[in-house]
Amino acid sequence: MEFNLSETQQLLLNSARSFLEQECPSTFVRAMEEDERGFTPELWERLAEMGWLGLAFPEAYGGAGQDFLSLTMLLERMGRFLLPGPFFSTVVLAGLPIAEHGTEPQKRQFLPPMADGELLMTLALTEPSARYDPGGIQLQASREGDQYLLNGAKLFVPNANVADHLVVAARTQEGTGSEGITLFIVPSNAHGVSQRLLWTVASDRQSEMTFHNVQAPRDGMLGEVHQGWPILERVLQQAAVAKCAEMVGQAEAMLGMTVSYASQRVQFGHPIGSFQAIQHHCANMAIDLEGARAITSLAAWRLAQGLHAEREVAYAKGWTSDAVRRIAALAHQCHGAIGFTREYDLQLYSRRAKANEVAFGDSDFHRERVALALGI
Amino acid sequence: MDFQFTPEQAAFREEAARWIKENLPPGWEGQEGDPESPENIQVAREFRKRLAAKGWLALGWPKEYGGSTGRNADPMAQVVFDEVCASLDAPVLDDSSQPLGETLITYGTEQQKSVWLKGIAEGRWLWAQLYSEPGAGSDLASLQTTAVEEGDEFVINGSKTWNSAYIGADMGFLLARTSTDTPRHRGISLLLVDLKSPGIQVSKLPLMGGGHRGLVYLDNVRVPKANLVGERDRGWSIALALLDRERSSVAQAARCQRLLERLIALGKEVPGPDGRPVASNPVMRHRLAQAATEVEILRVLGYQVTWMQGQGYIATNEASICKVLGAEVLQKVALIGMQMIGLYQNLDAKERWAPLRGQVASLYWSAFTESVSGGTSEINRNIIATRGLGLPRG
Repeated sequence: MEFNLSETQQLLLNSARSFLEQECPSTFVRAMEEDERGFTPELWERLAEMGWLGLAFPEAYGGAGQDFLSLTMLLERMGRFLLPGPFFSTVVLAGLPIAEHGTEPQKRQFLPPMADGELLMTLALTEPSARYDPGGIQLQASREGDQYLLNGAKLFVPNANVADHLVVAARTQEGTGSEGITLFIVPSNAHGVSQRLLWTVASDRQSEMTFHNVQAPRDGMLGEVHQGWPILERVLQQAAVAKCAEMVGQAEAMLGMTVSYASQRVQFGHPIGSFQAIQHHCANMAIDLEGARAITSLAAWRLAQGLHAEREVAYAKGWTSDAVRRIAALAHQCHGAIGFTREYDLQLYSRRAKANEVAFGDSDFHRERVALALGI
Repeated sequence: MDFQFTPEQAAFREEAARWIKENLPPGWEGQEGDPESPENIQVAREFRKRLAAKGWLALGWPKEYGGSTGRNADPMAQVVFDEVCASLDAPVLDDSSQPLGETLITYGTEQQKSVWLKGIAEGRWLWAQLYSEPGAGSDLASLQTTAVEEGDEFVINGSKTWNSAYIGADMGFLLARTSTDTPRHRGISLLLVDLKSPGIQVSKLPLMGGGHRGLVYLDNVRVPKANLVGERDRGWSIALALLDRERSSVAQAARCQRLLERLIALGKEVPGPDGRPVASNPVMRHRLAQAATEVEILRVLGYQVTWMQGQGYIATNEASICKVLGAEVLQKVALIGMQMIGLYQNLDAKERWAPLRGQVASLYWSAFTESVSGGTSEINRNIIATRGLGLPRG
């Protein structure tokens, strides 16, 4: 067992820290809350220059060939600075499955432009039922000659407002089981696709989408017909752990803000951080954070190694979802009234952490999966 | 980052598990219940002799002090071994002799190393940690036991409590005040005391969950100066470093894991309020799943602490995190057991209706000590806040 970072990982973290400190101050995060797209093309270009967009893609397709563990380390830093934009949806939700399951032409078509910053993508998965299981996928894909016609609705689709292409999860066979689900790669401007931004508390960019007789050619299929679920399962595992990594970064920021505030804020003639009640709140935050960091690293490492990780992923997201909510609540409590003002940065973190808590399964969802894995 | 055991560690794990299974006393059913009963202590002493003969009481120690070379010199070896022992519920005596040995390797004089390490590696003595006093618990630095220099000896007076001296311990490592005119952390020394010395009286206090804790009275007890560990008046930090090295949370995680597995099996048999097996109850399922999650976190964090210590990093903050979490997880597991058996939790071990020979209730009542002994959870949270996070001291 070995807990050191590799030299490459250390370099990645260092450059991430200095880049994000420079390019992603909270003023930028706030400005992007008001921005229709939610990010700037200039920033996106810089991310491409840093080599981050293709970090985990194979070198043959313009990537840096690093593994999923390194990607989660980068995501943790991005969470720390609340980097706005479609990085997660493009890289984790669409890029990774294409890199792992795409055909050779698909990889050549999508991965290099993604790595270069010229192509944005997302995964249209959840529907108004808001489920992450096979039964949640009811958008219909019906065979029409050499193509399929997509009909149905998607909800909570991240960054669909800026995505050039969508990976759409659809039913090619009726039912609620894992058989008969197929993934299609569709241009977002295809005829019959409509998209509307949702008003969200976290000011992230989620959309409602409807598909009306949208033509999906057979060669746009990701994976085999009816065989989309195993690909989605893998994406969902990666996405859950990637979210955990972001949340660990967010929690680290919230704890850091709290410690620094408590060290400066004086009441009764002493910094409040010298009071045991506040100290124990902070200690509890640290315990939750270190637990989240440890279990997230374990799950990310297993996914990167290609080992079975169902149980570890469920441990990680189940724990981190609860832990980071507790951390946010204690951060607010220790900050007192200033912490719930808009002008103070804490709320930027707690709103996003809450959205992440439920993304790709909340703790109830993942505890159920742990229970199944335990054979109970 | 690599969460896998090295091939050497994996091989040692297997070897240790095989050897322990082969060397468990016949009919061994585990030590939950009353690990400190005279019968269990006897079994544990026998087992320790076998471990010593195998060289496994000095895992990770340098060869010249009775340690092994090769893969067992890995600092991880001890924790790997502790994990295996805990998951097999082997009758190991947790008397801090290994952390004490490691402390002597770091702080002891050459003479002390030659006198004590070999004997510790051979399992010659049972040790008792003599830190706490009736008047000095969490505020350990307020301890009142004194050691006064007289010629070649220290003369010790005072009393020590919450220890394991009563199980027939041979030796104690004791904190005593050697100076009164210095800041209080500065006037404390660490001494090795023969518990058969004249002037020592040992008694025991029964605990609510079964088992006992020892009380040691010291009346003009003479200890050779050669038994002073480290410098005079500088024992405080050595004693705390020794605490950091105490049983890692990896072993605690393994113990919780074993108990949890037993509870899952129990929950499939015991009927719940609706007559169906209690483990199929959704609330119970989620409790078990949550506990399993926390056990795994504890295990990973524990290995991280061991790795940090092996690399020479200070892991006080991380060790405190493990201590707090480890206590909470065990208490949580114990509570789940009680929630499973409902009315039966009130049955004494002697009662024939008691499930698992009363072990569930016994675990629950003895688990109260977890968040108190070896540093209360509150003290550990203070450490996390001040040393880990750098908050100002109150």
